[in-house]
Amino acid sequence: MLHTFVAYVEDKPGVLTRVASLFRRLNINIISLTVGRSERTGYSRMTIVAEASDQAGHRIRASLYKLEDVAEVDDISGISAVTRELALIKVAANAENRSGVFELAEVFRARIVDLAPESMMIEITGVESKIEGLIQVLNERENRVLEVCRSGKMTMRRGHHTSRVLRAMGVSSEPSASDSDRNVLPTVEEPE
Amino acid sequence: MTHGQSEFHPEVLTRLTGAEILWATLVGESVTDVFGYPGGAILPAYDALRKFPIRHILVRHEQGAAHMADGYARASGKVGVAIATSGPGATNLVTGIATAMMDSIPMVCITGQVSSKVLGTDAFQEIDITGITLPVTKHNFLVSRAEEIAPAIRAAFQIAQSGRPGPVLVDITKDAQQATAIFDFAGAKPRAYAPHPMLHCNDQKLHQAAELIRKAERPVILAGHGILQARAGEQVRSLAERMQIPIGMTLLGLGAFPASHPLNMGMMGMHGESWVNQAIQEADLLIACGMRFDDRVIGTPATYATKAKKIHIEIDPAEINKNIAVDVALVGDLREVLEQLLPLLPGRDGSAWLRLIEASKGTAAVRDIRNLPDSGHLYAAHVMHDLWRITEGRAIVATDVGQHQMWEAQYYHHDFPRTLITSGGLGTMGFALPAGIGAKFACPDREVWVIAGDGGFQMTASELATIAQEKLKIHIAVINNGYLGMVRQWQEFFYERNYQSTPLVSPDFVKLADAHGIRGAAVRKRAELENVVNEARAHDGPFLINFMVEQEDSVYPMIPAGSALHEMIRRPDQNPLIETPQDS
Ligand SMILES: Cc1ncc(C[n+]2csc(CCOP(=O)(O)OP(=O)(O)O)c2C)c(N)n1
Ligand SMILES: [Mg+2]
Repeated sequence: MLHTFVAYVEDKPGVLTRVASLFRRLNINIISLTVGRSERTGYSRMTIVAEASDQAGHRIRASLYKLEDVAEVDDISGISAVTRELALIKVAANAENRSGVFELAEVFRARIVDLAPESMMIEITGVESKIEGLIQVLNERENRVLEVCRSGKMTMRRGHHTSRVLRAMGVSSEPSASDSDRNVLPTVEEPE
Repeated sequence: MTHGQSEFHPEVLTRLTGAEILWATLVGESVTDVFGYPGGAILPAYDALRKFPIRHILVRHEQGAAHMADGYARASGKVGVAIATSGPGATNLVTGIATAMMDSIPMVCITGQVSSKVLGTDAFQEIDITGITLPVTKHNFLVSRAEEIAPAIRAAFQIAQSGRPGPVLVDITKDAQQATAIFDFAGAKPRAYAPHPMLHCNDQKLHQAAELIRKAERPVILAGHGILQARAGEQVRSLAERMQIPIGMTLLGLGAFPASHPLNMGMMGMHGESWVNQAIQEADLLIACGMRFDDRVIGTPATYATKAKKIHIEIDPAEINKNIAVDVALVGDLREVLEQLLPLLPGRDGSAWLRLIEASKGTAAVRDIRNLPDSGHLYAAHVMHDLWRITEGRAIVATDVGQHQMWEAQYYHHDFPRTLITSGGLGTMGFALPAGIGAKFACPDREVWVIAGDGGFQMTASELATIAQEKLKIHIAVINNGYLGMVRQWQEFFYERNYQSTPLVSPDFVKLADAHGIRGAAVRKRAELENVVNEARAHDGPFLINFMVEQEDSVYPMIPAGSALHEMIRRPDQNPLIETPQDS
């Protein structure tokens, strides 16, 4: 299954290597990894998506915590969260077939961010399936996809569900073998 | 400034060179001995060494330095320190670091690095040692400013010893060693150690565990290295004695619980005693104490102790449910967990189960190699048994890797903690000699025996020169079977006796010792053994004994890799074996 982790790591050289090296050592494939500054000074926030057996989540989280530069790890696989990905897509487009791309962009709630005589660039944000849907439709048209640049997934729990908050509230964030204690607080489901 | 004077009072802030800060910080961390080898990028540090009350042991190969620091740590429980130059000096440490990592040994390795100005330019002897050692250290640091040296070294010591211990490497650029900074030992203190956030041992879990223990009819305690690390020997003893639970030992656990204790069944696993493995397979409860269900002790996960509930007491959350799924995990310091658990356990009569185990020993004692008639041959097992008898089990024994290592584990009965120094997880040949040297420096008043195979001994035999230079009274037993014996055994069992590349032509080890000014003697018959061993013990200096043992003997019992614990290969018993009066 796909596991998703959010990790706060110290913003220092080499930390990304340590995290990546850990997954390699555990023989686990990283599907996507995004890093950027977080709300905490000196700490970056990572969203790591990895393909591993169902039981692997506990070991991955525990192993991440063993890295000195890792401050906090949240396993949000199967937990109510907002996940987004950003993609820039460059397609072949000229004066004749440009308008169709505009229409598509509208349907997908994407934006055209660059226009050149022979190409256009689309910016799209959303869940993975939405981005893949757009790429697929583009491929079916005569507007060839020239370049795709995807950010990888970024994820945030819905509500006040970071494990830090749970800990502050005195609720254990220790995953039991079952996921029963994960959704301790009621969640408000929203459509994507 | 002269050797031994505390020129650097931790309270007084002084401007020092980075090299001086390095040593001053080590002194502050109570380091008295470091094992190392100099070179260009670490020369500033070596130049400053004479001003500090630290003994430097010059090794013959940096792998030896790492194993010595490791052996020092295993024997003393303190942090071992190794130091090397950049490039090849640093890479030579790697096997030793990996060995320590696999066995959770607290160790700090210091390496010189090229100047920060040329870092990243493939300068002479520049190597990315923090990159190379990333997967085999608990953590590592690249330090390029004198100001960062004290904080990095102090953090390294904290990391190496805390939680589940392990090796830490600090790579220090040459210019950082040469620059100056204010030395502030107290100010360099790392932030308070934060335990792993997933430690987990609450009342509910403790009661669950206690309930399982109270209800069990056939419980077994699995005693691992964690008992030594957590200094939990007394607590494990209380648990075993109060609840009458038999104990099986892992290789690295040997010594953590007295071998002579009536509840100690002996070693488990691939070359463990048949009745221990059988007891584990028959058990209805396993209480794993500071062990990690390594593949060498479980056979195959699917067939392992299928009738047993499992309690896992372990400090590393990443070990829980890794190889074997457990019913109750008490994740924390073994000693603290047991102290909380013991009050919940009133006592129990376990005699029926203990009698069953005793009965299951069956013919095992008769098949025992010790009971082979003395046909003039010398068996390695005889050597181990006799060494144990003659040293009264009180020596610190450093073993290498192979058949002799397993025979030592089977026949040298360790009653005392930290008396067996052996590479378990990585199985590093060449470990014994340097690790034994490290142990001798840690415990100069103890009798230290290095027991190595003829193969592994040659991997680090250059350290004989270190022994000679340091005038160490250390005893070396080379178990000379003319083969890479353990590999030959696998070839015998699983590759139709195709002894490809395992016969070994070796130098005359006694002459080799002699060339180093080290006394030596060969032993070919069991009858000669005791005299020579006593000569070695009486000699005021190092002594090497070349034990010419039976060449094609094998270690029994053996569980073939991938088999279940009860599917073991037993010593063939075509010849009726009789007990010799000597051993009864
Ligand atoms: C560095 C290293 N290389 C190879 C091996 C594989 N290996 C394990 S045991 C063994 C044979 C050891 O032979 P020897 O030192 O003579 O000991 P014996 O088994 O004969 O007692 C070998 C080659 C190893 N464990 N370590
Ligand atoms: Mg051999």
